[in-house]
Amino acid sequence: MSKSSAHAAIEAVARDSYGRLIAYVASRAGDVAGAEDALSDAFAAALERWPTDGVPQKPEAWLLRVARNRMIDVTRRRQVRENYEKSFLQLADEAEELAATNEHFPDERLKLLFVCAHPAIDPAARTPLMLQTVLGIDAARIASAFLVSPAAMSQRLVRAKNKIRDAAIPFRVPEPPELEERVWFVLDGIYSAYTTGWESLTEVGSTHHALAADAIAIGRTLVQLMPSEPEARGLLALMLHCEARSAARYASNGEFVPLDQQDSALWSRPMMDEAENHLRSAAAFKRMGRYQLEAAIQSIHANRAVSGIINWPEIALLYEGLAQIAPGIGSLVGRAVAIAQAGNPAEGFAALEEIPASRVATYQPYWAARGHLLKMLNKKSEAQEAFTRAASLTDDPALRDYLFKRVSENA
Amino acid sequence: MKYAMLVYQSQETFDRRDDAAIAAGRAYGEALQAAGVFVGGAGLDSPQAATTVSLRDGKRRVHDGPYAETKEFLGGFGIIDVPNLDTALEWAARHPAAAHSSIEIRPLMGFYFPGGANKASQ
Repeated sequence: MSKSSAHAAIEAVARDSYGRLIAYVASRAGDVAGAEDALSDAFAAALERWPTDGVPQKPEAWLLRVARNRMIDVTRRRQVRENYEKSFLQLADEAEELAATNEHFPDERLKLLFVCAHPAIDPAARTPLMLQTVLGIDAARIASAFLVSPAAMSQRLVRAKNKIRDAAIPFRVPEPPELEERVWFVLDGIYSAYTTGWESLTEVGSTHHALAADAIAIGRTLVQLMPSEPEARGLLALMLHCEARSAARYASNGEFVPLDQQDSALWSRPMMDEAENHLRSAAAFKRMGRYQLEAAIQSIHANRAVSGIINWPEIALLYEGLAQIAPGIGSLVGRAVAIAQAGNPAEGFAALEEIPASRVATYQPYWAARGHLLKMLNKKSEAQEAFTRAASLTDDPALRDYLFKRVSENA
Repeated sequence: MKYAMLVYQSQETFDRRDDAAIAAGRAYGEALQAAGVFVGGAGLDSPQAATTVSLRDGKRRVHDGPYAETKEFLGGFGIIDVPNLDTALEWAARHPAAAHSSIEIRPLMGFYFPGGANKASQ
């Protein structure tokens, strides 16, 4: 066995099975940090042994057995909570069994996702925790994507992992009626990874934007783990529709291009098709939800690639539904714009005016929408004010330039 | 796994305690016992009944009142033995005080908590 092929085998296992290995060990030990340490030792042992001994027939089972031994050592040295002693022993038995049989080890990633998004975990740690444990992304990269220092991010992650172990947050998939709320936390954690990555698309290829791809990867995993949860498919469809447009969002000179003016030939057909497939399968469950509605809105925008037109009345209707189940300012602003675009600018503006001022003071999309609607109503100086306010609220330089351009258009 | 349920209440809640509230507390305690998860616990008298003591430089300092003057005071505590945090949260949500006060769930440090605490005090 050559050194390089052993290394290639180790890399392949790390790439394809890391999240499953962590989930499996952590769920048995009730301890994410301990599972990570044990697996990292197991990978180190593989780097040492596989080049000379050859790659074992069942690499995952080999790694699990080493990780198991390591965890037992740690347990002996440390005071361990009584109820985990049993599960450690169970882990030991199972590792032996896995090595002896042809069965693949159980996939516990769904339980891990529910632990990462548990309400007892600091909300700011949930998404980073998912990225690190399920995809194996290192803390430094996560830190740069979330614009915090690597030390601060590491500390946040360590604190969350300690909480999981010390408070004994259970590795389980909640049962209804709790399930519905808890799924929402998981979906929200994934979507927050996506929007964090999406917001700064200007730097394509940056760690920032890579996060959007990571979020889609977790979204795909979630669909695979919860095939009959329509909202998981809705979320994936939403992310895919948005991601399909990444090449069209900025012109070649770096200028921001708003969605309804993008060149639809630049949109990714395969991603849109995948999104549509997931939306269709989700619809079959006849259980509408926030992410399916948001994806349906994006689906109508995507349809412009075929029909050449945007069905605004349909979008307004979907926002109406969205505003009822998720009355965030995002859906209220979207609804007002859609009403205006559907041919009723005065009515759209009235809907915008109904949103309490205290909620929109720093919400950039509101001010951009307000400028747009005022312009439709031919109130130029007020439109100018709104666009100026919007421009001062964005941290995306390309979007800022675009908004200032709208200001001067209304001069 | 043992958890402490610490009930934090405002002064107004203390002042409003009536027979119905006490009966609800007792029924809750009985439910914990019936489920076999109850380790111990009690409701506490009002913070006005508290006296705080500390030892500094070998001298005993005693002062009237609770440790800190805060908006909410410890109004009672319970110790339960359940498999995990989710189960502990379920029990805490059933606590009659959960509807108006806050209940903090904290794992006990098993290391310092021998199971025979009751026997030791007998």
